[in-house]
Amino acid sequence: MFKILKYSFYDLIRSRWSYVYFLFYLALGFVLLFLNNDLSKAVITFMNVIIVLVPLIGTIFGVMYFYNSKEFTELLLAQPLKRSSIFLGQYLGVAGSLTLSLVLGLGIPFVLYGLFRSEAIWNFSLLLVTGTFLTLIFTALSFNIALSNENKIMGFGYAVLLWLFLAVIYDGLFLLSLIIFEEYPLDSFSLATTMFNPIDLSRTLILLKLDISALLGYTGAVFKQFFGTNLGLIIAIGVLLLWAVLPIFHLVYRSRKKDF
Amino acid sequence: MKYTYHIFTFIFLLIGSLLWSRTVEICKSCAVKTIKEGVAQAFDFDTLLIKKGTYKEFNIRVDKPLVLLGEDYPVIDGEDKGEIITIVSDGVTIDGLFIINVGTSYTADYAAIRVVESENFLIQNVVLEKLFFGIYLEKSNNGRVYHNKIIGDAIDEYNSGNGIQLWYSKNVTVERNIVQHVRDGIYLEFSDNITIYNNTSSNNLRYGLHFMFSNDDVYTDNVFENNGAGVAVMFSKKIKMRGNSFKKNWGTASFGMLLKEINDAEINGNTFEENTVGINIEGSNRIEYKNNNFVNNGWAIKVRGACYTNSFVNNNFLYNSFDISYNSKLNDNKFEQNYWSGYTGYDLDKNGIGDVPYRPVKLFSYIVNRTPETIVLLRSLFMDIIDFSERVSPIFTPDNLLDASPLMKPLR
Repeated sequence: MFKILKYSFYDLIRSRWSYVYFLFYLALGFVLLFLNNDLSKAVITFMNVIIVLVPLIGTIFGVMYFYNSKEFTELLLAQPLKRSSIFLGQYLGVAGSLTLSLVLGLGIPFVLYGLFRSEAIWNFSLLLVTGTFLTLIFTALSFNIALSNENKIMGFGYAVLLWLFLAVIYDGLFLLSLIIFEEYPLDSFSLATTMFNPIDLSRTLILLKLDISALLGYTGAVFKQFFGTNLGLIIAIGVLLLWAVLPIFHLVYRSRKKDF
Repeated sequence: MKYTYHIFTFIFLLIGSLLWSRTVEICKSCAVKTIKEGVAQAFDFDTLLIKKGTYKEFNIRVDKPLVLLGEDYPVIDGEDKGEIITIVSDGVTIDGLFIINVGTSYTADYAAIRVVESENFLIQNVVLEKLFFGIYLEKSNNGRVYHNKIIGDAIDEYNSGNGIQLWYSKNVTVERNIVQHVRDGIYLEFSDNITIYNNTSSNNLRYGLHFMFSNDDVYTDNVFENNGAGVAVMFSKKIKMRGNSFKKNWGTASFGMLLKEINDAEINGNTFEENTVGINIEGSNRIEYKNNNFVNNGWAIKVRGACYTNSFVNNNFLYNSFDISYNSKLNDNKFEQNYWSGYTGYDLDKNGIGDVPYRPVKLFSYIVNRTPETIVLLRSLFMDIIDFSERVSPIFTPDNLLDASPLMKPLR
């Protein structure tokens, strides 16, 4: 498995797209910090970027890599290798290189602008942790989609649809249900609904750590009571972990059964 | 002839009293050792010169026109036993004292300095610490509270007092005071024609400045920072608020300024910076907002209802999460020639005024008003998308709530 991981990782690291992704974050980081020296405000801006872009890139990149390396995968399958290690290796290679681009691309400008001397360091690490989780989750989901769809166009379509659903449509449904049931106490409901969407969960986790949480008023206070405690944070991280682990298990399970 | 006689007698008495106006020195080694003794022995218009030292006294009742002048800030320690100085005579001056340990009570409002039904008083250069109420003016007119420093240690609202309190007092000037860590920094109740100028009120438990039933007051160039809930102006008429700055009143139930039942006020040239809500308006009519800066607030202005004929002209709205929140479809307020940092229109004829109107109410802020729980969707991509579509063609937000002539550049 590690050999395959190493191979796909180095393959990706040498590829142009990783560089573009890395350079994009690097440039964005430097430009934003140049325009606004306030690190904690920059964290908010990056949160906006990360919760939209990281899942999108993770999904597209995952599907693309899977389809592109299909022939190589089939070659590997002919070798006496465990199927799970082939697919896990590839998955970890993709997710790892994306995470590396993200962490380095954002980390370098922030460190140069004095992250270690600022109070924003915890918020920033939370940002990176959620960014990493989102990469892991959405790459895993996209691998699942690619594995179950032989047709590239269909695979791409489903992957983009998945992203669209979790990033946009889910919030729309959430909003609708809040408005329809506005007569009822909705705190626990909105708490639960947030938990079921990794993008919402990441957004809420970061928002609550920032000053801006004062805007959230009463509902924010309920959320803060939950996520503010260590238990809440552990549960939130646990849910994110679950979101990453379940698709990976499914990937392994499906790859074992699939007829190539 | 009779009047001339009266006038002569008056002049003679005046000169006589001026000539006889003595200075009584008070210190540990002087003939007069306590302030109470000094007040008892002094004649009208005398000066009590209080030398450096600690005087453990309370309930000092000043019942004749005297000047209590402290030399090198003598300390008057009330030992938490009750009120310290009570003024019940006209024309009293208190200058340069350091008063500590005012008693706390749940039945009486003990103050460091209380002025009761007296006129022409002057309280200046006084430092108050560990207090319950600071300077309490009760039915006292035509006075001045100047350059005092009040530093409390209030923790709970129910057992703490206000820094400077005016109750049924008229024509008083409150100038250059610093008030910190009390319940309300400056509190006015039934007090008209008050001038509040150049004070700093910060870190107070409740409000930096609080008006109740007080009319025709002016407050200018004050700084209100980091108070529990900012400044509250309630049930008052014709208040002028100019050049103040409201900063960092940040918290779930905080605001820069709260207006409730305020009519015919003038709000000019103030700065609202980093408050959860810049101004919270409720039942306030005919108010003129001009040349104010709203910077980095959560909500710049939150309009709660029953607000008519207000005008917002030439203000700067810079980088607020929400510019205006509005809870009805009816709009009778005027927005004209403001600068909005969220404005994305263009100016083809280069006259400095945007050609497309700006709609300051976002759909999201409308939804949040209806269903407060939806605020959890703050900064979600979906919200940005529907905000954008609503801005293009408004359906839910009041369609006449717009700035038809938004400025292209912020006002200086």
